[in-house]
Amino acid sequence: MTGETRYADDLVLPRMAHAKLLRSSHAHARIRGIDTTRARALPGVLAVITGADLPRVRFGILPVSQDEEALCTEKVRMVGDAVAAVAAVDEETAEQACRLIDVAWEPLPALMSIEESLAHPEVRIHEYGDGPNVHKSVALQFGDVEAAFARADLVREDTFYYEGSTHLPLEQHAAVAHWGPDGKLTLWSSTQTPHYVHRLLAKILDVPAAHVRVVAAPVGGGFGGKLDPFAHEIAACHLSRLTGRPVKIALTREEVFYVHRGRHPVLMWLKTGFTRQGDITGCHIKTWLDGGAYGSYGVASTFYTGVINPVSYKMPVYKFEGARIFTNKPPCGPKRGHGTPQPRFALEVQLDRAAEQLGLDPAAMRRRIVTEPFTKTANHLTVTTTGLAECIDRVVEASGWRTKWRGWRAGEAPSEKKRGVGLACSAYMTGAGTAIYWNAMPHSGVVLRADRSGAVALLCGATDIGQGSDSILASFAAEVLGIALKDVHVHPADTTLTPVDLGSYSSRVTLMCGMATIQAAERLRGAIFEAVAKKLEVAPGALVARGGRVGVPEDWDTAVPFAQAVELGEAMHGVLAFPGSYAPPRRAGKYKGGGVGPSPCYSYTASVVDLSVDEETGEIELHDVWIAHDVGRALNPLLVEGQVEGSVYMGIGEALMEEQVFRKGLHKTPSMLDYKSPTTLETPDIHTILVETDDPEGPFGAKEAGQGPLLPIMPAIANAVYHAVGVRIDEVPITPDKILRALEARRRGKPARVGPEKLPLFAFKEPVVVESAFGQPADAVVVRPFQAERLA
Amino acid sequence: MMRLPPFTYVAARTLAEAAAALAEHGADAMLVAGGTDLYPNMKRRQFEPKVLVGLRGIRELAGVRGSAREGLTLGAGTTLAAVAAHREIVTHYPALATAAGLVSSPQLRNMGTLGGNVCVDTRCNYYNQSFEWRRAIGFCMKKDGDVCLVAPGSPRCWAVSSSDTAPALVSLGAAVRLVGGGGERTVPLAALYHDDGIEYLAKRRDEIVTDILLPPVDGWRSAYLKLRRRGSFDFPVLGVAVAARLEGAVVRDARIVLGAVASRPRLAEKAAAALVGRRLTPELIAAVAELAAGPSKPLDNTDFTHPYRKKVTRVFVARALRALGGLGDAGRAVEAIA
Amino acid sequence: MNPQTVEPRMKARIALSVNDQPHELLVPVHKTLLEVLREDLGLTGTKHGCELGECGTCTVLVDGEPVLSCLALPVELEGRRITTVEGLAEGGRLHPLQQAFAELGAAQCGYCTPGVLLTAQALLAAEALPPRDRIREALAGNLCRCTGYTKILDAVELAALRLSRGARAGAGR
Ligand SMILES: Cc1cc2nc3c(=O)[nH]c(=O)nc-3n(C[C@H](O)[C@H](O)[C@H](O)COP(=O)(O)OP(=O)(O)OC[C@H]3O[C@@H](n4cnc5c(N)ncnc54)[C@H](O)[C@@H]3O)c2cc1C
Ligand code: FES
Ligand code: FES
Repeated sequence: MTGETRYADDLVLPRMAHAKLLRSSHAHARIRGIDTTRARALPGVLAVITGADLPRVRFGILPVSQDEEALCTEKVRMVGDAVAAVAAVDEETAEQACRLIDVAWEPLPALMSIEESLAHPEVRIHEYGDGPNVHKSVALQFGDVEAAFARADLVREDTFYYEGSTHLPLEQHAAVAHWGPDGKLTLWSSTQTPHYVHRLLAKILDVPAAHVRVVAAPVGGGFGGKLDPFAHEIAACHLSRLTGRPVKIALTREEVFYVHRGRHPVLMWLKTGFTRQGDITGCHIKTWLDGGAYGSYGVASTFYTGVINPVSYKMPVYKFEGARIFTNKPPCGPKRGHGTPQPRFALEVQLDRAAEQLGLDPAAMRRRIVTEPFTKTANHLTVTTTGLAECIDRVVEASGWRTKWRGWRAGEAPSEKKRGVGLACSAYMTGAGTAIYWNAMPHSGVVLRADRSGAVALLCGATDIGQGSDSILASFAAEVLGIALKDVHVHPADTTLTPVDLGSYSSRVTLMCGMATIQAAERLRGAIFEAVAKKLEVAPGALVARGGRVGVPEDWDTAVPFAQAVELGEAMHGVLAFPGSYAPPRRAGKYKGGGVGPSPCYSYTASVVDLSVDEETGEIELHDVWIAHDVGRALNPLLVEGQVEGSVYMGIGEALMEEQVFRKGLHKTPSMLDYKSPTTLETPDIHTILVETDDPEGPFGAKEAGQGPLLPIMPAIANAVYHAVGVRIDEVPITPDKILRALEARRRGKPARVGPEKLPLFAFKEPVVVESAFGQPADAVVVRPFQAERLA
Repeated sequence: MMRLPPFTYVAARTLAEAAAALAEHGADAMLVAGGTDLYPNMKRRQFEPKVLVGLRGIRELAGVRGSAREGLTLGAGTTLAAVAAHREIVTHYPALATAAGLVSSPQLRNMGTLGGNVCVDTRCNYYNQSFEWRRAIGFCMKKDGDVCLVAPGSPRCWAVSSSDTAPALVSLGAAVRLVGGGGERTVPLAALYHDDGIEYLAKRRDEIVTDILLPPVDGWRSAYLKLRRRGSFDFPVLGVAVAARLEGAVVRDARIVLGAVASRPRLAEKAAAALVGRRLTPELIAAVAELAAGPSKPLDNTDFTHPYRKKVTRVFVARALRALGGLGDAGRAVEAIA
Repeated sequence: MNPQTVEPRMKARIALSVNDQPHELLVPVHKTLLEVLREDLGLTGTKHGCELGECGTCTVLVDGEPVLSCLALPVELEGRRITTVEGLAEGGRLHPLQQAFAELGAAQCGYCTPGVLLTAQALLAAEALPPRDRIREALAGNLCRCTGYTKILDAVELAALRLSRGARAGAGR
């Protein structure tokens, strides 16, 4: 705000050198040799490294996909793979030196799509996986879908395609590494997950983890794009070790596109049975993910394309088959909504079509089939509270749906601009229920230390990536201790200082760190109460903490100022420092793959979009977006609204213009100008409605708000386009070009649709068959690990 | 961080100084005005001039003179923001004000000049890429290579004329004054361009654009429509400028100019001729729009697909004509009409 | 084609006025204002997202007008008044825009914020109470990936209201 926040690229250390990476110019090639002689000879160059200089370890964020090298040694799998790194006195020299490194390449055929990768098993991008160029193949079945379809009055089969997109944080990744003369390494980096970077750095650089410190600098936009350990971080560390200087490395925008880990392009087939009233009898989805060149979070992403859909609507039986295919493109990963926007798009558009065929109002139809609170889904996920019905009611009301949605109409007389409304819903996790590596430790930890001044330090491993988590956590501590927000000092994400937090992803920080903060604060308060009780000669249970004082409400004049209460506490207990820990309830389904999808609770969203379509140019103009979100409890409504609005924005980008596409082996649009991100002029007014359900699993009842609200936007837009001009665009982005093509098809008497025409020939493996848990009652509050003492 | 390559900077204070610097350094030197086109290109190493001759300090290039009645003279150094906000231009040469006001973003319009805009480099999405990207795909003939990546068999470069103001100015019948070693000359703006992605300017290297001359308004109306993905930042992937002189509903004279569909602003002469002497009816408009789309030959080297750009050419020409004839809703793309 | 050697880098002596402070600098001419602000003057409040004029993150004011520091050369800015985000707050007090941004949560990751604030400040200097669509247009050259712009527009409106009230109150005195 004042320009004082210091992001990673703003850090300057004495004697700091600057580094650059040499990246592959081939989509797929063997490395025959790398000659760095000319680069080393350039004045100002301090060190040049290749993969041969690093320990020979492969790594990856998931234990099952250890397939990356910081600097490739044998072959490169995409344009942008790093092969060498240079440290020099300044960035320009480092860049020039990179251009002087000679690499002898042996090009291999590049596989640039799902179809190509499956068609060419003789070309292997990786040697591991579930088949040639198949990274992961999963199949799960909960109940008998064929019987469900036989029971249905209407069975729809539709195909959809969701184009890939990237996070495009405004801040380009940067890191500063300093390997001190004491042999200890510190890395400051724009990362959302300092803990995983810490663990992996130790492994990759072959140094004791005890001598590595990772500090997460404030992140200038993450959205899931700063959740993996990256080549530039590793190279900077090693170059610092070699040069004995701090080394800064800052990516260019183009490099950020190569680092990627964004939205997977997904091809989908969805078959659903409906009764005449609009109930779902069963649902079967197949997904093919274009994973790019590496595993990253891809195994989890694959599961997410299948497992979350059943959380929103009653689906008594369910089947999911998914496969992630390797291609020679930047690896996809966990962009906001991780793996769930794609199948959500398919489901919500299909529901719209079914509603039309059944002659039902799509809002009323959805309203009827929302899941019941405190029940299980077919795939064994626990729905605690759900505010979806209320969300639908609220957006229907606020948007004037009943007057704007005038029923299903067949084509009207052509006029230049047609107006339409569309509705869609979604559900999303509030933090993943399982860690990336299996362990019994907390997912989040917090330490609170009270100071004699009355200030409280909150040490927390989480990074604030713009979602405002720092101030939420501070407010939790302040609330419990009855002190002012300003008296709480948050010390975020420094692995030597703060307890472990798994990272700022899958909307887990507020919930998990929040619960840990509340626990620590309650423990601290307990110790203070004990001491104050002794002084006031009352029972600790009679005390309250509020307004910066601790005392008995009936006798408030004797209440002790908080600072003095801390002194009393310290006199009695010694230093007042208390930990809080949180791990989600252990609710994983008892089948293989049951670990992906469970979450302490789910958030729900409904959205209505009002837009016009220009029938001559196909251009879409958004007028208004109404969005109602079940956030459990809105602890800080402004922050929640901000998260919702940001999600809507990103959804608009994905729906209308963002696409990560390739041509001749290269990224077609690796720039802020050519990769289209909506400006103020394409972003309509967003009307946010917060719905509260007070979930027993969340801190003070709260759920996530930063991802779920993205999900309904794409299908709501697609449905509104149909409502406006009667064409179905079964893929995103929904571009003017596609709209014109669909309109032309209709004019020629063909189906008024643009979408995938064929599906890959691919044999999924035999499904793991599990009984459907649909409708089983689920426990309201389960005992959580580390939280035994806490009263519900 | 993307950085500029090193160069020597000559801050010219007069046209003579600038001309002398150009003469002295020959092919090593380039002019720079606002730098909003040249600097990004230099950062991508599309240009690597050893010497930059800065035009900012030259008083003679600043300002707008004259009036709509006798014609306007616009100094090449006038910023796009100033052009877009200029009363006389907004009222009497709306195609120009609209075009200037639609260039990129507000910040860029504060920096970029009209002279720079008419000389703006042609664009191609195989060319406006970093050095590393271009090396990876294989350099093209416009810089460092010898093939055209859009049309591989082609002997010429197909980079696209991407100026917003050029088609508007051509439709308005503007002329351009050039000053160089050989003296001064004034030519119609249309004659400043070649249909070649590399040699797109029909002027000598040492010639400086000093002024853009707008003819007396004399009953001409004009409109400019721009196709692009977003309402800001984006270059045109189609620009349609239409100017016409009407007497009642009868067209006396007309020019239709297409931007971003060739390496130069493209005049749709047949279409314009078909308008003259006729009443501006919906039927005529439809026929003329069809004719105008003829010379629109976009290739696959910008945003949007090229068949789509071709289709919209027809729509935009019709809309611009409808707007000039006062025939109802012209759609949101028409930003200002006289 | 491949530059083989580091070219001699011509340095120029440049006098710049930044946030009303004069600076004498000796910097290579090809360094942009963005680089000089961040690397030579330590004013890292000016951020960057592309360095090619494509995002607006690096916006600063030159004589009160928003321009992109990534495409501006210091040699061309002698004698001009440059304002960066560090120059917005006055005497330790937040500028009304900064205040409104903080209150309404208009900054999430905060990376676009310096550029947005300066662009908005130029708008409000030219137009006391701009309608929402006018604010949209003025900010159309500043990308934000976090907020969906809604809170940004709200905050500019709020600051405009307060500034104009303050101005009226001031005039009334
Ligand atoms: C992100 C982005 C988006 C853009 N979008 C658009 C757009 O939508 N529409 C559009 O038209 N342009 C666009 N531009 C290009 C550019 O900003 C404008 O064309 C601008 O008007 C160029 O003017 P300038 O003064 O900055 O030119 P400069 O960059 O200074 O010069 C451009 C070229 O013209 C030459 N030149 C400049 N002045 C003269 C002169 N007086 N005589 C002879 N030669 C001269 C230079 O040598 C150089 O080759 C965009 C640029 C960027 C970076
Ligand atoms: S850094 Fe993006 S416009 Fe300057
Ligand atoms: S607040 Fe993050 S980019 Fe705007």
